[in-house]
Amino acid sequence: MLLGENISMALAAIRANKMRSFLTMLGIIIGIGSVIAIQTVGNSVTTSFASTMTNMGASNISVGVTQRETEKVKGDESGLEFEGYRIIRTPEESDFIKDNMIADFLNNFSDEIEYIILSESLGTGKITEIKNSATVAVTGGDEGYFKGQNLTLLAGREIGDKAIKGGKAVCLISDYAVRKLYNTEDYDKAIGKVVEVVIGQKFYDFTVVGVYKLDDSGMLFGANADRQTDLYTTLGCVKKHTHSDGYPSFTVVKSPDAQIDTNELRSMIQIFFDRYYHTNRNFEVTTSSFESMLEELTKMMGTISTAISIIAGIALLVGGIGVMNIMLVSISERTREIGIRKALGATNSSIRLQFIIEAMVLCIIGGIIGIIIGVTGGSIAANAMDAEAHASIASIVESVGFSMAIGLFFGYYPANKAAKMNPIDALTYE
Amino acid sequence: MEQKIIIDMKDIVKRYYIGKPNELEVLHGVSLKVYEGEFVAIVGPSGSGKSTLMNVIGALDLPTSGQYYLDGLDMFDAREDDLSAIRNRKIGFVFQTYNLIARTTALKNVELPMLYAGMGRRERSERAKELLRLVEMDDRMSHKPDELSGGQKQRVAIARAMANDPAIILADEPTGALDSGTGRLIMDIFHRLNKEQGKTIVLITHSPELAEETQRIMTLHDGLIISERKGGGRVAAG
Ligand SMILES: Nc1ncnc2c1ncn2[C@@H]1O[C@H](COP(=O)(O)OP(=O)(O)OP(=O)(O)O)[C@@H](O)[C@H]1O
Ligand SMILES: [Mg+2]
Repeated sequence: MLLGENISMALAAIRANKMRSFLTMLGIIIGIGSVIAIQTVGNSVTTSFASTMTNMGASNISVGVTQRETEKVKGDESGLEFEGYRIIRTPEESDFIKDNMIADFLNNFSDEIEYIILSESLGTGKITEIKNSATVAVTGGDEGYFKGQNLTLLAGREIGDKAIKGGKAVCLISDYAVRKLYNTEDYDKAIGKVVEVVIGQKFYDFTVVGVYKLDDSGMLFGANADRQTDLYTTLGCVKKHTHSDGYPSFTVVKSPDAQIDTNELRSMIQIFFDRYYHTNRNFEVTTSSFESMLEELTKMMGTISTAISIIAGIALLVGGIGVMNIMLVSISERTREIGIRKALGATNSSIRLQFIIEAMVLCIIGGIIGIIIGVTGGSIAANAMDAEAHASIASIVESVGFSMAIGLFFGYYPANKAAKMNPIDALTYE
Repeated sequence: MEQKIIIDMKDIVKRYYIGKPNELEVLHGVSLKVYEGEFVAIVGPSGSGKSTLMNVIGALDLPTSGQYYLDGLDMFDAREDDLSAIRNRKIGFVFQTYNLIARTTALKNVELPMLYAGMGRRERSERAKELLRLVEMDDRMSHKPDELSGGQKQRVAIARAMANDPAIILADEPTGALDSGTGRLIMDIFHRLNKEQGKTIVLITHSPELAEETQRIMTLHDGLIISERKGGGRVAAG
């Protein structure tokens, strides 16, 4: 018999018992809905993470000093050893990545690397100008660092390569700091001024060469609140003050001409620094790229969705049993109808097909409602997490298929029971 | 002229609850022949086995033993799907309780046997409309059974019985639930189908007058045919 006829019969049967059909679908709706919701969230988060990364440079690799998971040499001459605990340490000057290592590194990887980003923080302090003050975080950067900052200058000029090389005590301050310090929106007035930053007990002087526009998107406080903004100076200047010749971390920007993929380069860099650190018992260098972070994020989302899928699977199983139950009820209610159909010449297989399709239609409708709810809920959740919502088409298609499979699986037994009814018994059933 | 035997039964026995303590033999060896184009009546007291016999004739139920050829086909040899096909194409049932499918329209009810016969949508609906016109129900074809009177329902049921142009119409007390006027109308339709389309009709009835209108009357008593006589045939209706 025609599929279309069966589907319209199924829809008529479902319509005849709207409430009951809806309650039966509930398990399917919840099961499919939660799978789709979590997949929409996962898909949205990874998609927007990936697009953020592409903006920030997907092929950047960060290199940093981190504490080893397991300390290399048992027993510590300091005597600080706690059984079962790993002492949390902060890297000391001797653990840092040294200038000589970086120079060696740049020599070795000159073909693969476009440039590196180095920066160091001097700390956070206060600038006082007569009665006004502004809080600033002082960071010194190299050429690469300023390339990545994308600052919009409102007055003055950028810190030039020559100044960077010479480690000059020049700086860029925010428009906000200028307004705070000099009560003016004529930012040119700040150019050439020497600001004195007090950090701890120490005084540091910088000559202002430029005023950058503060990114206001993160503005949370009222206009009067003393907001901390960045003061950018040269790396060399900060180094002079910190007397350090090492870095806890830096970023590698891969050359667009490099004939190697980011992950390969990352493991080469890892091997390069392992040579320096294999004798360091507490610290090692770890490397990560946005690609490897994406991989981890995807893995994490995968774990979460597996967990949700198991729960959803249980909901679907319960839903499927509900479908089977209601089909059995429906078949016993419609015994006479089955008898009539058989008297009119319906074969067993056409009766079976009719009820299987009815169960499948029930499940597909439930599945579609679940998909709608899941996509909506998942999109709301994704938006709440600041990710642009992206429903996963593949999982929607899978869900429809899965609902059909549930209908088929749980509809088969009742349908077969209907098909095997004796015509006269069914026809005379009271 | 040699007439073709369409229903050929010999020593048909029907037992219920076989092997159980309450085993019940309803038909004790019924033999009967019905010729093509005949209009016969089966009468007898309540519980004598008329419906049981009818269900066996119509392949709705299987006899326990005996021989049964329907239109030359050995019914003891037939598989389930063969029986479905026989019910679909060779037999049209008309029941006392109409047995229309409640949720669907008169038209869809009439289409049903054609649907199971694999007929196309357009052809099916054309023929169903034609059949409803034949029983003068074409103005009610989009009504559901519960929107129709008993007589109207029975007319739809007759149209449905005619759907695949069966050789035999089996009617089990088709007028049993109707008043005599409406019953008359239904009987007139049967006479017309018998005369104009040459349908073989087997009618079960409790009404002696209606039985008398047929060509042959068989009396069933306690699971056996105890008498058989010619009927008066159609009395010219006013
Ligand atoms: N499915 C069944 N199981 C057991 N016994 C049955 C079954 N169907 C019918 N019988 C019995 O068979 C006997 C004949 O029943 P049947 O329905 O054929 O009688 P009938 O002649 O049609 O009666 P009525 O005129 O009242 O319709 C009855 O005694 C009935 O109890
Ligand atoms: Mg009866």
